[in-house]
Amino acid sequence: MTTDELKIKAIEYRKKLLYYIKNAGAGHTGGSLSCIDIISVLYNKVLNVSPDNFKDPLRDRYIQSKGHSVEALYVVLAACGFFPEPDLETMCRYRSHYVGHPTRKVNGIEQNTGALGHGLSVSVGMALAAKLNKQGYKVFTLLGDGELTEGSNWEAALSASHYNLDNLTAIVDYNGLQITGPTSEVCKTDPLDLKFSAFGWSVEQVDGHDFEEMVRIFNGTPFRKGQPSVIIAHTIKGKGVSFMEGEKKWHHGVPDDGLYRKAMHELDKRMELIR
Amino acid sequence: MSKEYPKGKANLEVLSETLQGLAANDRDILVVTSDSRGSGKLVPFGERFSDQIIEIGIAEQNLVGVSAGLASAGKKVFAVSPACFLATRALEQIKNDIAYSDNPVKLIGISAGVSYGALGSTHHSLHDYAALRAINNLAVLAPADNFETRRSIEQANEMNLPVYIRFGKKPMPHLHDENTEFVIGKGIRIKDGDDLAIIATGECVFPALLAADNLENGHGLKIRVISMHTVKPLDKDMLMEAAEECRGIITVEEHSVHGGLGEACASCLLQNGYGLPFRIIGIPDEYTVSGSQSEIFNHYGITGESIAETAFNLINIK
Repeated sequence: MTTDELKIKAIEYRKKLLYYIKNAGAGHTGGSLSCIDIISVLYNKVLNVSPDNFKDPLRDRYIQSKGHSVEALYVVLAACGFFPEPDLETMCRYRSHYVGHPTRKVNGIEQNTGALGHGLSVSVGMALAAKLNKQGYKVFTLLGDGELTEGSNWEAALSASHYNLDNLTAIVDYNGLQITGPTSEVCKTDPLDLKFSAFGWSVEQVDGHDFEEMVRIFNGTPFRKGQPSVIIAHTIKGKGVSFMEGEKKWHHGVPDDGLYRKAMHELDKRMELIR
Repeated sequence: MSKEYPKGKANLEVLSETLQGLAANDRDILVVTSDSRGSGKLVPFGERFSDQIIEIGIAEQNLVGVSAGLASAGKKVFAVSPACFLATRALEQIKNDIAYSDNPVKLIGISAGVSYGALGSTHHSLHDYAALRAINNLAVLAPADNFETRRSIEQANEMNLPVYIRFGKKPMPHLHDENTEFVIGKGIRIKDGDDLAIIATGECVFPALLAADNLENGHGLKIRVISMHTVKPLDKDMLMEAAEECRGIITVEEHSVHGGLGEACASCLLQNGYGLPFRIIGIPDEYTVSGSQSEIFNHYGITGESIAETAFNLINIK
């Protein structure tokens, strides 16, 4: 898949996740828009995982610790063929498997997440199992920057470097905004690079909406042999829809008919510019 | 009494021996600890199987999360940590990463109940049944003696389900012979009788047996004693059979009287239409006294004499 194709996908995915959030009347809109490009690069350019090898012990693993941005994951998994996309019409409906946070009842999902601060520990266990079994698979975990105030992340960070898990990569969706407001005002976690570095991780920074840069850096892990890698992906919450960008109200805001049409129109215009 | 119930070892030592037996035949067996291999008597395991023990350090949430990840990759994981920290510090990880996510980790709560009695309430686990019983897809066990401990660990290992097993660190008398049938989810009727049933779990089974002997010798009463080693799923058939056939039921547990074995039994009986004299013996809802396990048992009436007295009074309710 070329960079231009990734750019087109990025718009298609955005339109779809907005459609399904609108359809469900619920969803974590802003965060899904900030991490969709990261997830797209992982599934289209990095991870050795597909519907055909999903039960293979040697597949790469993706754990979405910031489980609330599940809509972004759902549309990418559907596009990769893990399940028929129309299944998402049931999202958040009575008895649907497509609930508001990832569960293993949905094909392609490795671990139930949603309570923040859990995914990194589970990923450490998966990466450690690969080392013990002498298997070559890699584990990628997506963390939110607001999520990093959960102390359990730092317990996991210690273990990852203690066990030299260079097959583990954490990507921080560093959009700087959480439900209450700017992460820097809610509880400072900066400087994240120095914190991870002090915990024994090798650190890279990336523009989380620049496909070429992400493909290069995600495929360059581990950055240092014997160390877990963390990529601080600078993103914009609500990215791609002008009136949602950087606005905390879109953390889990659902557009009404008018704003939905406005968002779709914007995304269509962007698509025309690329094509 | 000591002739009838020969002295055994601490269930903790059985843990180490049993895990060594399993690990010798299966390279996928892993013990994961939180700076607790000494407390868990697992130093010999670690020396013999150095590549099958994972040290996490003092971080119970991470202990359980990492264990979930290891299990999801096919490892057979025993996460061993003091019950007081494991069951409640890591409660959300047990709920989400193990039970909800279907990762069949075996959670081993060591030095449970008031085993660390003198260390104060921070180190008591008198809430684990209550907290964990409310979590779907998790069996909760408290073996009474060395035999039950060994069999519960071996059977849990064979089950592709999450299991929590807790026990103490004091040497326990042998209550069963090796041919006793042990099945997770099925109680064991150790002693027959139909005047009254005493249903106990974990290290309270022994004082329950002493009480039954006391009542038989002193009053000629025939007391049924059941080791309900599996607190969840509860053996409702054995419980309701006791309600059908006996004149009263007493439950005994090393746990708060709230949310444990006693309330599980009461709920089952009432919802199935049984009304009979019934008492729950356990740790009352108060600031728990400190002292040795046997001193705390004595304080709260978890002794052969005290259970016998409660039973005698209950059975004479007209």
